[in-house]
Amino acid sequence: MKRVEELRVVNQPIRKKDYRALVTGQPVYTEDLAPKDCLVVKLLRSPHASALVDTIDISRAKLVPGVACVLTWQDVPKIRYTQAGQSYPEGSPYDRYILDRRLRYVGDPVAIVAAETEEAADKALELIKVKYEVLEPVLDFRASLDNPVLVHPEDDWKELYEQGADVKRNLLCHEDSADGDCEAVLADCDVVVDETYHTVADNQAMMETFRAYSYLDTFGRLNIVPSTQIAFHVRRIIATALGIPKSKVRVVKPRIGGGFGAKQTVEAEPYPAIVTWLTGRPAMIVYTREETTTCGCPRHEMEVHVKVGANRDGHIRAISMYTLSNAGAYGEHSTTTVGLSGHKAISLYGRLEAYHFVADVAYTNLQPAGAFRGFGATQGIHAVESAVDELAHRLNMDPAVIREQNLVRQGQVMPSYFGEVNTSCNLDRCLARVKEMIGWEEKYPRRILPNGHIRAVGLAMAMQGSAISGIDVGGATLKVNDEGFVNLLIGAADMGTGCDTTLAQIAAECLEIPAGQVVTAQVDTDTSPYDSGSYASSTAFLTGGAVYKCAMELIEVIRAEACRQKGWQKEDTDYHDGLVEHIPTGERITLAELAYTSECGGKPMFATANHTCPNSPPPFMTGAAEIDLDPETGKVTLVEYDAVVDCGTTLNPNLARVQTEGGLVQGIGMALTENVRYNFDGSLVERNFLQYKIPTRQDICPINVEFAPSYEEQGPFGAKSIGEVVIDTPCPAIANALENACGVRIREMPITSEKVWRALNER
Amino acid sequence: MKLNLTLNGRKVSAEIPEDQSLLKFLRSQGCYSVKCGCETSNCGLCTVWLDGTPVLSCNVPAARCEGHSVTTLEGVQAEAEEFGAFLADQGGEQCGFCNPGFIMNVLAMERELHDPTVEEINEYLAGNLCRCTGYVSQLRAIELWLKREVKA
Repeated sequence: MKRVEELRVVNQPIRKKDYRALVTGQPVYTEDLAPKDCLVVKLLRSPHASALVDTIDISRAKLVPGVACVLTWQDVPKIRYTQAGQSYPEGSPYDRYILDRRLRYVGDPVAIVAAETEEAADKALELIKVKYEVLEPVLDFRASLDNPVLVHPEDDWKELYEQGADVKRNLLCHEDSADGDCEAVLADCDVVVDETYHTVADNQAMMETFRAYSYLDTFGRLNIVPSTQIAFHVRRIIATALGIPKSKVRVVKPRIGGGFGAKQTVEAEPYPAIVTWLTGRPAMIVYTREETTTCGCPRHEMEVHVKVGANRDGHIRAISMYTLSNAGAYGEHSTTTVGLSGHKAISLYGRLEAYHFVADVAYTNLQPAGAFRGFGATQGIHAVESAVDELAHRLNMDPAVIREQNLVRQGQVMPSYFGEVNTSCNLDRCLARVKEMIGWEEKYPRRILPNGHIRAVGLAMAMQGSAISGIDVGGATLKVNDEGFVNLLIGAADMGTGCDTTLAQIAAECLEIPAGQVVTAQVDTDTSPYDSGSYASSTAFLTGGAVYKCAMELIEVIRAEACRQKGWQKEDTDYHDGLVEHIPTGERITLAELAYTSECGGKPMFATANHTCPNSPPPFMTGAAEIDLDPETGKVTLVEYDAVVDCGTTLNPNLARVQTEGGLVQGIGMALTENVRYNFDGSLVERNFLQYKIPTRQDICPINVEFAPSYEEQGPFGAKSIGEVVIDTPCPAIANALENACGVRIREMPITSEKVWRALNER
Repeated sequence: MKLNLTLNGRKVSAEIPEDQSLLKFLRSQGCYSVKCGCETSNCGLCTVWLDGTPVLSCNVPAARCEGHSVTTLEGVQAEAEEFGAFLADQGGEQCGFCNPGFIMNVLAMERELHDPTVEEINEYLAGNLCRCTGYVSQLRAIELWLKREVKA
């Protein structure tokens, strides 16, 4: 495989292929493309955190002019399924019906209405009369396990494989993994930090809310056009939920207005799908912002209890961790996220003699959680990277120095990371460089400004994975056409990230043609090769690997076709620069010439390949924050944030940088302003963009991003992933900066002025 | 009710419900660049110009535009593409969903502010949310694009 200095297309900052449509506002998103006669689908949602539908009267609702159908729990298949977009068999339990008589959180769908107009749908919703049998909910995830109140008392709750669940205890899964005798090593350490850290259920807040439309095509098949990251999983999940053959479902992905993991859950698709399937009419649902915020699938709230033990010289010898995760009412992505909180946080430290990680996930009658960029690692890294700073203070050490002594290095075996070898890692360089960028030596720990404000710095390290090892699959098909242009068919979803472009860059690099000669097709489950989808930091690494493999296979097909046409021997030929050369004579035939002749009686030139990887090489990074603290009010303002990332080779440096900047700002929002609180009845306090405060451009500070790329031999041209690791550092880095500023440690995100003020004044 | 207005330079007459928002009206007229991102009038996605001034079309009743001139991104395609190229050179268009409202406001800012500072740019565009980029690439694009004007 080519080294970085040999690359001509990969590692170049080219524009995204779809940019022109996006900057000129072309109608390329779900709602823009929907047929004009789509029924408007809306949901009646539960006002109670736990209730049974006693009676439901839809007779008056159905009489509203323009109402096409009203569906209740009696009208949907009695098939439990999960909305989690994961490779089959899913780790998430089958714990839902499309509509259930039992309602498990404020917002759980009670009825589906489809009408000719929004007004008719709204009127029908008003006229549905429901008598609820209101039940006692369980709202505190710390009190959920073994609570007499059960979230899922039903007998047909199902998990596809054993993960330690005991649903009669509200326990969704349990994990226990260890290496060495962690408790004994901790007992032998000079210092042990023993603290608990808490992150709330942050919202992905992508600009395009959940939505999908569906229609029956010429062949009577159910076509769905959802805003999704997981076209193939949508096909399987909808067929499962409706109890129809998968051959009856086709999913096409248009442009996506952001996902960040939210659209790895089949959130909105089931409702128009069942309407279309039952009525034969096209149907569309568009979630409101409030529905997206309160009835979506936010980050799992987690409480992480960490013990970090070290010797007086700073050698970190053991980490033990207990994570309690809040699934909410349903189990989407719960069993997978919680594991990352341990494995992708503990593994940052390479000199451990032992680790012990235990995790439980509890059901509650709250909004169900799902996938959000960082996927558990964010929560775990917040805990471990905060605890390590607390440890440094206990040892009177510089927090940067204790990390330099202990961070994981290339070539080390990582017992807490499934025993994988750390095959590519520049974490040490990331740390050294970020210290220079932020001015660590001059600024640590703090200085006091003339106005009384305190300036301080803090830093944190992070890692993630690159795809789910041995389970997820990337796929690619390449075919050569007239004039030698090449179609790239993929099942991975470009949700704005630019993979339609970066994957084409990989194909073009292999085929030694310009990126513009590769045309990427939109995902269509009828024609795209199977791909598990864009999540788990997989696309660059895994689908990229598939594209690489596929292009290499295509080159062999092209050489064979050249030989067939010209009567050459394959071993006498060489492929380069988009042509086949006959070495003995120097005669050449271009892709364009080959394409024309192969179309007339020759062999079609195409290849298809998939790719899975037994390992998941982690990207690494270090982030450093400089904050300004107003001790009078407790307000923390960011002054500067610097980050250095090792994502291996950047496929497209511009897009990798924007991923980093965007992830950092999401992390900054998580650290400072994005709060999630519940009312006494289990409903959410923060319900929209006025209350759920994502950063505006006035809330951010100068952000500087650099790369320290290692070369990952298992990735395409040395690439690892970038999408998720970038959200992981701000929570601990800012919390660490705050402690460096004033000695106050906030262990519960977000760090609001109120919490800081209270801590300062209660000392 | 009957509504008469100028939409992207062309006279339009349409029968509309009295309470229709300008956002809904514009999408019904095929101006699909106009997006809805919230119900609280604070995401900026639906920004259009009313007589040349940026407004949030979600909280302007269509009826109030009687006799007025409304411009959407469909009406300023050349300018959008010119600035959009600077944005794309930074990778800053990302998912694209907030681009139309953001670009309408960027184009309005250029007409309104002379040689703005970073603080002035961020203040002018504060109402345009974006969840993909963290705003940094957008700022780089704006600064380079504004410099292009100085050179010309």
